[in-house]
Amino acid sequence: MINLENTQANAVAAAINEERRRMGSPTVGMVLTLLILTDEMHQAEALSAASIAAREHPMRVIALIERPGRDTAHLDAQIQVGGDEGPGELIACRLHGELAKHAGSVAIPLLLPDTPVVAWWPGEAPDNPSSDPIGMHAQRRITDTNNTASYIQELGIRLSNYKPGDTDIAWTRTTPWRSMLAAALDQPVGRVQEVVVHSEARLASSLLLAGWLRKRLHVPTKIVHDKGPGITKVVLKTTQGEVSLSRPDGRVAQLSIPNAPESPVALPRRNMAELLAEELRRLDPDEIYLQALRGVDAVLHPTPKSEAKKAKAPIKSKTSAKSASSKTKTDSAKAKPATSSAKPKKKSK
Amino acid sequence: MNNPLRDVNDRRLPRVAGPCSLIIFGVTGDLARKKVMPAIYDLANRGLLPPGFALVGFARRDWETQDFAQIVHDSVRDHARTEFREEVWQQLASGIRFVAGDLHSDESFDELRRVVDELDATRGTQGNHAFYLSIPPGLFPDVINQLRRSGLANAAKDAWRRVVIEKPFGHDTQSARELNKVVGTVFDSGSVFRIDHYLGKETVQNMLAIRFANAMYEPIWNSNYVDHVQITMAEDIGIGGRAGYYDGIGAARDVIQNHLLQLLALTAMEEPNSFLADSVRIEKEKVLSALVLPRDIEKHSARGQYAAGWQGGVEVKGYLEEDGIDPNSITETYAAIRVDIDNRRWAGVPFYLRAGKRLGRRVTEVAVTFKRAPHLPFSSTATQELSNNVIVFRIQPDEGMTVRFGSKVPGTALEVRDVNMDFAYGDTFTEASPEAYERLILDVLLGDPPLFPRHSEVELQWKILDPILERWAKRGQPEQYHSGGWGPQSAYEMMARDGRMWRRP
Repeated sequence: MINLENTQANAVAAAINEERRRMGSPTVGMVLTLLILTDEMHQAEALSAASIAAREHPMRVIALIERPGRDTAHLDAQIQVGGDEGPGELIACRLHGELAKHAGSVAIPLLLPDTPVVAWWPGEAPDNPSSDPIGMHAQRRITDTNNTASYIQELGIRLSNYKPGDTDIAWTRTTPWRSMLAAALDQPVGRVQEVVVHSEARLASSLLLAGWLRKRLHVPTKIVHDKGPGITKVVLKTTQGEVSLSRPDGRVAQLSIPNAPESPVALPRRNMAELLAEELRRLDPDEIYLQALRGVDAVLHPTPKSEAKKAKAPIKSKTSAKSASSKTKTDSAKAKPATSSAKPKKKSK
Repeated sequence: MNNPLRDVNDRRLPRVAGPCSLIIFGVTGDLARKKVMPAIYDLANRGLLPPGFALVGFARRDWETQDFAQIVHDSVRDHARTEFREEVWQQLASGIRFVAGDLHSDESFDELRRVVDELDATRGTQGNHAFYLSIPPGLFPDVINQLRRSGLANAAKDAWRRVVIEKPFGHDTQSARELNKVVGTVFDSGSVFRIDHYLGKETVQNMLAIRFANAMYEPIWNSNYVDHVQITMAEDIGIGGRAGYYDGIGAARDVIQNHLLQLLALTAMEEPNSFLADSVRIEKEKVLSALVLPRDIEKHSARGQYAAGWQGGVEVKGYLEEDGIDPNSITETYAAIRVDIDNRRWAGVPFYLRAGKRLGRRVTEVAVTFKRAPHLPFSSTATQELSNNVIVFRIQPDEGMTVRFGSKVPGTALEVRDVNMDFAYGDTFTEASPEAYERLILDVLLGDPPLFPRHSEVELQWKILDPILERWAKRGQPEQYHSGGWGPQSAYEMMARDGRMWRRP
């Protein structure tokens, strides 16, 4: 660990090179620069998660820790290259006083040449990440809506300011649920007619999951709050019964689908390092996240008109789908009218 | 059927296998315990197995299902790559079944049939079943015939049955054909998955990415620039407890036949039209069918047996003193051959393949050695220590790529010397970098065949090896070589004849 006090970005860069040389200049196939925009409270957890994620994605991690106040503007830096923490480079920059407003001036000289830049706000994030002085340098901008108090409002802001490359840890948390639900629908379970998501209150992840289901399935979707932890249950009511994925304890879930026995599924809640590692696996725009954001609005404000239309569809198909798998084809064919019925909804926005 | 929750743009969702079961014959073997069962757990841990997945063991043991579950539990605990999680284990354990029985017995297979039907009913495996034959190839005909007789091999309309076989795929062209015929009577060629775990390795797949996704390698990937290619698989261990399997097989059949010739095909093949299984296979077949052996096999091949000595600080036995080995055995534990490729790209570029046990260290690599620059505008002393440029694909361990090139030595004189630039591929302690068996087993369950050699490739590979093996069989006992070294004297001589040298890997 190297400590530089009252320093400048070029001195930090020189110190990193010096440290690399001292280690015999090992080749480091670093694939990206991760900028963490955080405060003193969140920095330790964020840096530790990033250093673990760096085992999968060798990277330079630059934490820009704001210390605004009446202090004179100056930069303190801590550098760790390689070592027990992982193969990457960790640089913690403390931006004192006026400098806290000019984080970009510290970050730019330290970015790895010509490799992707990812910006991550573990705590509060700017309303418009892509035009933020730091965010504008990043092709991927990660926020964490679960960590904000006014999460519903926040999701609305994320949607209205969305630019390709924006993404959210609250969305990342839903991947195992989405994966298991998609696998369940790979089987002949009939057409989904209604969705209920159960979760603890004030959880952006459950809204995003519900939004995604709403957008993909075009059926009434609601959220029921319980004690948690996290998301506890998703029920898809289908023409043949119920697909239910229930995880009361945050670890093991029970999956039950029509015409098949119930089975246990491992669905543990993941830690920040795993979530961040998933987030860094792809750096292209996440269009499905945008769909989910749009769906959130539809979940929160169901328009009576579109709900009424959809209510009709189940009645029709119920008559036709009494027997098991042989009916599946007709069922999925009927999904189409449902798609068109979602369109008036968009206009009403 | 269109799943509304799936979207090609949703790249976060992993490929999860559909409902199915895997039935393993020979569960008591090393391979099943150390590789296959841990890989299944790792897949489950990464959320890639369906909830209704079932694992059935079949062996001649007086076990109950609980006993087998315990065996799986222990093998997972000892050998799994990812962390042991009780909840994942529960998910897996509820689908475990065991059938105690004999491979020749009708009743045993009727019992297996009953278990499989029960799984369809209670686990929801929906009639999809893969049979993993982790047993000596001599027993294949029995099992295959029993699978047919008991009706286990017949899939319902929307279901599948697949069979997985491990190398060796026969011991010569003739036996490979017979084996293929036996399997082919019951399973169509698209349902037969031949596992060569090397082909599941990330670095092997990365060879294709490096060759065909980049602009800077392909232009020099030909006889204009390449001097020769060396493909090496060295093991530091001896035959261990595998005397029964190894004696009579030897290094050429065990390793060169499939591992090394497949690596050769991937190194030398033309660009496939796509990465669909058929396109890749067409290119591999094309290059394999262009292989030719030197006219004088004797001069361009080498073989040996490891002698007693010291390896890595441990005193070790010679091959002929190993338990269960005939002291007059003529089986080789080291084999090296030269093959050439008769096509425009590779004419005049020899490919040297070598495989051996008890060598200096464990390493598998493909080294492409380039010609020297046509003119060196330096004084002769300046480049005295400069050798050929090399690109090395390190397959295992320490997966990655090395590039060797000349660079100026710092100082006032202009002196050029070799330097190595290493690229380490990925990292092994994260969940994202799967073990070869994980990848291959998942591909079997998904029915995704690009990484599995087809019979036509296997046959072409035997055609190269057959004449060499015939010649060697007539020559009696192979030369002894020092354990812990890099092979017999004749191997060095074989390279010296061509004016080249083996790399020390």
